[in-house]
Amino acid sequence: MSELTVPTVSRAALPATSRRISSKTRAKWTTIAILTIGAVVIMVPFYWMIATALKSQGNLYLYPPQWIPNPLQWSNFQEVLDTVPFLTFARNTAVIVSLVMIGTLLSCSFSAYGFARLRAPGRDVIFLIVLATMMLPSAVTLVPTYIAFNRLGWINSILPLVVPAFFGAPFFIFLLRQFYLSIPKEIEESGRIDGASSFRIWWDLMLPLTKPALATVAVFTFFATYNDFFGPLIYLNSESKQTIAVGLSYFTGSRNVGPQMHLLMAMTLMATIPSLIVFILAQRFFVQSIVTTGLKG
Amino acid sequence: MASVEAQTQSRFGTLTVAKRRKISGRTREAIECYIFMLPVIIGLLLFYLGPMVASLYFSFTDYDMLSAAEWVGFQNYQDLVDDDIFWKSLRITAMYSVVSVPLGLLLALGLALLLNQKFAGVTFFRTMYYLPTVMSGVAVATLWKWIFNTDYGILNLLLDKIGIRGPAWLVDESWAIWALILTSLWTVGGSMLIFLAGLQSIPADLYEAAEIDGAGSWNRFRNITVPLISHVTFFNLILGIIGALQVFTEAFVLTEGGPNNSTLLLSVHLYRNAFEFLKMGYASAIAWVMFLIVLALTLIVFKSAPMWVHYQETQGEKT
Repeated sequence: MSELTVPTVSRAALPATSRRISSKTRAKWTTIAILTIGAVVIMVPFYWMIATALKSQGNLYLYPPQWIPNPLQWSNFQEVLDTVPFLTFARNTAVIVSLVMIGTLLSCSFSAYGFARLRAPGRDVIFLIVLATMMLPSAVTLVPTYIAFNRLGWINSILPLVVPAFFGAPFFIFLLRQFYLSIPKEIEESGRIDGASSFRIWWDLMLPLTKPALATVAVFTFFATYNDFFGPLIYLNSESKQTIAVGLSYFTGSRNVGPQMHLLMAMTLMATIPSLIVFILAQRFFVQSIVTTGLKG
Repeated sequence: MASVEAQTQSRFGTLTVAKRRKISGRTREAIECYIFMLPVIIGLLLFYLGPMVASLYFSFTDYDMLSAAEWVGFQNYQDLVDDDIFWKSLRITAMYSVVSVPLGLLLALGLALLLNQKFAGVTFFRTMYYLPTVMSGVAVATLWKWIFNTDYGILNLLLDKIGIRGPAWLVDESWAIWALILTSLWTVGGSMLIFLAGLQSIPADLYEAAEIDGAGSWNRFRNITVPLISHVTFFNLILGIIGALQVFTEAFVLTEGGPNNSTLLLSVHLYRNAFEFLKMGYASAIAWVMFLIVLALTLIVFKSAPMWVHYQETQGEKT
């Protein structure tokens, strides 16, 4: 076979090559066919959500089902806003998500810099404990944390959801530490010679350099917080303080919306739109960065 | 001779000076390092280690948040052993994990293999398959609740088209858990992407060399792909086990643990005891049993790793 690379290719080898190419083309088209079928299967639920969201109530329970809503009832979205305090949920969610993002970005990048660049006795042990907590089921810390927040009088406020973010999140500390380690030390040396403290170096030099990693953390934090169900469910009681995620669940089983699937799906779609927007904006770098750096990081 | 001695002495002299300055620099560095780590150290104590110890303590008490916690020894654990619903919940969680984790891994790997090829539009497909994972658990569960609707759900309507009478997914005790498993498979995009990252790190020349040696595609998969992504499989398996044992939102929104507790995953059982019955001590005991199960399974997977996980020799730091 190695003769193939020698310039004097025998004529007999040529058909074999073209046969190989055609079998490769066939494999490629089979792949695309399977992926298309799979994508259709994956997309049917999405499509069904959108179609249901645009139907009139009378067309929900037809047999055979109506694939394309007719008439397209755009007013369903307005009706959701009239029935459900969706905008209040959205405002509450926005406040919580932005505070958690600020807290996570600050605390994680700050700590990660210490773990990556400065030496102190016990540092690696602490880092190992941080890594180990990633495997700790949240159920184990749940009850005492709830009791403590209750004693502090923080129940039914955003504090239990927001304050912990300012004390670091194990996974992101790990991610950012790895990123700091990949930055050449020489960049900091000049700053050190000028007598800048580590805090200046972190804030002035390292933060701008780690923008891509910070963006990754920001996107992940957005999804984790926006999608969080359990936290708001146990810590927020009044409907006026609730987030979109829990607000949606209120109406899944409630009497005024529950049976009206078109409204429920319209609301589910509305709840999904912020995620979709962030996903589309971050998509190229999001999917690519996980694919290319995901585990190497 | 004397001058040489003086020279060495002075050299030693400068060395000590340098060393002393270095030590003070080191102390300064250490202090700065502790300041940088401070938020995390506080976080670890307040939100991880402290609550862990406290939860172990609460698991030996009777506590309803209204009166003071009362020490009851092993009573909660004894109650767990006698609690039929707890055993049912354990069985359901085991069944859910044993089915959904391997199925999810296989599906994720299969998709990643297909998406690892080069053709126009591959990014589009990657995005499509990843899309469901950005939806919140509640939105996913709400949507699937409608899809699983016995009479008007799209799933049964489609099954009806090919002549199968679909079950009453969420109402039938023996089917509800399968509905949960199906829902979990819709969001394998995350582990698919991690597999894809692993596949892309395999050097292409390995495959070319194997092809020249006449290895068929199955052999290449078996002898190159499988060992070289085994560390990714390991990672996904650990994450999958930990995740499956903690699933809450889907079970809570889709079925609320019913019908007849047939989807009462451990976390839902825990939620009920803690926040509906205010049995904080009992809930802590459930949490600790859950933790020990996760720990045991993780240890088993870690211990088995040398038998099937191959680490590529890479340069640089390993963590």
